[in-house]
Amino acid sequence: MEDSAANATAAPGGAAVAGRPAIACRGITKRFPGVLANSEVDFEAAEGEVHALLGENGAGKSTLSNILTGLYRADEGELELYGQPVAFHAPRDALDAGICMVHQHFRLVETFTVTENVVLGDHRDIGRSFRIQPRAVERRVAELGARYGLAVDPRARIWQLSVGEQQRVEILKALYREARILILDEPTAVLTPQEASSLFETLRTMAAEGRTVIFISHKLHEVMAVADRVTVLRRGRSIATQQVSETSSRALASLMVGRELQGSESPKREEFGDVVLSVEGLWADGDRGVTAVHDVSLRVRAGEIVGIAGVAGNGQRELAEAITGIRRARQGVVRVDGKALRSGDPRAAIEARIGHIPEDRLHTGVAPSLSIASNVVLKSYRDDDHSRGPLLRLRVIGERARKLIHQFDVHTPGPQVPARQLSGGNLQKVVIGREFTGTPRVLIAAAPTRGLDVGAIENVQTYLRDAASQDVAVLLISEDLDEVLELADRIAVLYEGRVVGEVDAGEATVEELGLLMAGGART
Amino acid sequence: MTVRIERRLTQPRWLPLVVPLGSVAAAFVIIALVLVATGHDPLHAFRKLFLSAFVDNGALSATFVSATPIAFTGLAAAAAFRMNLFNIGAEGQLYFGVIGAVGVALLLDGAPGSVSIAAMCVAGAAAGAAWGLIPGVLRAFGRTSEIITSLMLNYTAGLVLNYLIFDSHSYWRDTKSPSAAVFPQGQAIPDAATWPFATIHGVSGGIAFPLGIGIALLVAAFLWVLYRRTRFGFEVQVIADSPRAAHYAGMRTRRKVLAVMCISGAIAGLGGAGQAGNFDHLLDPRSLQQQLYGYTGIVVAALARYNPFAVVVMAFLLGGLKNAGFALQGADFPSGLVGVMQGIFLFSVLGGELLVRYRIRITRSSRAAAVEVAR
Repeated sequence: MEDSAANATAAPGGAAVAGRPAIACRGITKRFPGVLANSEVDFEAAEGEVHALLGENGAGKSTLSNILTGLYRADEGELELYGQPVAFHAPRDALDAGICMVHQHFRLVETFTVTENVVLGDHRDIGRSFRIQPRAVERRVAELGARYGLAVDPRARIWQLSVGEQQRVEILKALYREARILILDEPTAVLTPQEASSLFETLRTMAAEGRTVIFISHKLHEVMAVADRVTVLRRGRSIATQQVSETSSRALASLMVGRELQGSESPKREEFGDVVLSVEGLWADGDRGVTAVHDVSLRVRAGEIVGIAGVAGNGQRELAEAITGIRRARQGVVRVDGKALRSGDPRAAIEARIGHIPEDRLHTGVAPSLSIASNVVLKSYRDDDHSRGPLLRLRVIGERARKLIHQFDVHTPGPQVPARQLSGGNLQKVVIGREFTGTPRVLIAAAPTRGLDVGAIENVQTYLRDAASQDVAVLLISEDLDEVLELADRIAVLYEGRVVGEVDAGEATVEELGLLMAGGART
Repeated sequence: MTVRIERRLTQPRWLPLVVPLGSVAAAFVIIALVLVATGHDPLHAFRKLFLSAFVDNGALSATFVSATPIAFTGLAAAAAFRMNLFNIGAEGQLYFGVIGAVGVALLLDGAPGSVSIAAMCVAGAAAGAAWGLIPGVLRAFGRTSEIITSLMLNYTAGLVLNYLIFDSHSYWRDTKSPSAAVFPQGQAIPDAATWPFATIHGVSGGIAFPLGIGIALLVAAFLWVLYRRTRFGFEVQVIADSPRAAHYAGMRTRRKVLAVMCISGAIAGLGGAGQAGNFDHLLDPRSLQQQLYGYTGIVVAALARYNPFAVVVMAFLLGGLKNAGFALQGADFPSGLVGVMQGIFLFSVLGGELLVRYRIRITRSSRAAAVEVAR
């Protein structure tokens, strides 16, 4: 924290950090029901610098950028723009103030041309006038493109462009509007390495002109390559601001994942049972049809917790879905107790007693508008205990829900309350309670503690330990390294859909895993 | 100052009751203004509207005639909309129900009434289900929008009706009677196959309950049990709320799409059988296509918030409104004005639904401050 104050004013080292502070946050706090997304965040970016915001998924980067662009309003704290306090009430206010954001998912109209997209929503003279003068705008777009190395045909339609080109259009939009502060959210996630390095050059050019570039990322090498300064966020707090020239990947990795490791409370087991879950050469495609799971093989024994570490978006969700049949595997087999499961059929996994705590609790894990009782029997309504012929045994179901609420200490007025009204922690208890019923053979837990508060996190971790002690084979997929280190017996690191390393939890260090996660030691 | 429409996170319990009542009150006020502006006495018009819909001699019987088909199409729409499956095709499915029912009634000439009527129900439902299955299959296997396909199939079904009577010497066409030689018309079903009415004598000149409305009530009860108490209904609820959660829970979504489209089409087809059996007694392409039963059914379902029993009640009220419209119009009361009144009613009540799910917030913007700093 002391660092940040010192670094904000002085600009030592080789990096050309100049200029007055362009945008500054002081003590920004933002709460969502059950989640503290930002807690007293201090952050400052100067004119003429590329400033990276580094943090794991869920560290509060997106929330902060949404506050900077007027989408959310901070509950506490102040925002300053060139030394003046400001309050944004809507995204338009931020736009008017010269702040533009390039989102991870582009905001472009696919059937419009590049020029039309650039003008769209610009409410200064041209955008507002009844007739758009395409020639003049086209010329300006071409000019900007040439100057910043953003080559793209102004007359091309968006759907004809590659993803990299579409991103250039987003940046052109910002330049056309004369944005002085540009925020890019994980801009390289969709780019090839070549496109990424050309993007970095563009960003450097913009900074050299005195603009401010805020670069959100969780990839260390990119931050090292492009940024002047970096602010690290962890669990909603700003941990440190450092000159990139004075730090290292290793130092940033440990800042990002947090050093304070608590020793595990219970001694870990030494002996495990037979292999229960085995994944053999699994391949699966992501939503966009690109390979997301790349020849993954894993074995989990009875009573063992295997952790899958990795930065979000490296195939974790797809891996969990492929194992549980939600996603069809392109190749490879999933076996439970040696028996191969039918691929792409969630019911096969349910019948093989694979419990699954999905990453997206609210829309996959539960049907949010339905009652807690309905959600408790979401998977077991077909069983004989819960139905007689075609009819549901509503009384038994209500009883079952009441029991679960009691047993897992779910805070709710009753089983008929819609699931969406539960807090994150209580919702997770319902999901976990359901997945534990009937003792599963395998439990796949994907980001089970994400967004929960401290007490709830402890509960969830206790449940996972309990499961393991009852000889369930647990696969814990988490971006929280502390959690993986604390709970898992073995850790596999996933990077770009591949298992890039597998280590015993006892021998692993945060630094080593952090580098593996960031693709630092690709083998 | 900005006006925003935001989704409500929680609904107060009284809201779903107060909003429609408020909407009806608002509709009365607006209609009264229109009537005063056009030189009519609003109180007199409202009184007459109410009397001719529900009180006058024969009023209730006439209201039932209007209400029966839209009760069926309303139930058909509600059955599908419950799963977020927007079957707009009750219109065409009803036509096919008429084709099936009339065909079977003609085929079973000489059979006892109860056999004929039962066969008409089965044939009407089957024909409607088959027609409804087309958009269902396309949706389940081709991922096409059932809204578009079911809508287009309505026109196709209308053309089939015209073809059967006007453009061919089909089984359904009357080729014998003298009047049929002048103008093409459908062949009347045998007397034994016409559907009975239950009549209560003495009250306001006797009330005739068509068999159709009784069957509609049975269908409503069936749907209520199906959606509230069965595994099937449970799956439909989950799929409607979150298709991803349904897939995660191992539910077979495609089969449900097919089944729900079948059920929805069958109910509309049953409505067609009732229309033919109770009222028309023959295949009449003109009158069927003028009434727009299928589309009115969508309005009925929306007003009833897809609750099957409420659908029947709403069909009764809308039937009354329609029926009263005929009584109200006359030399000093143009039929266009009746249409305006009915339109305002529907517009207010459906528009009010927005307030149940969304709220309107008016905020003062201090945007000027932010802009100033930036410049």
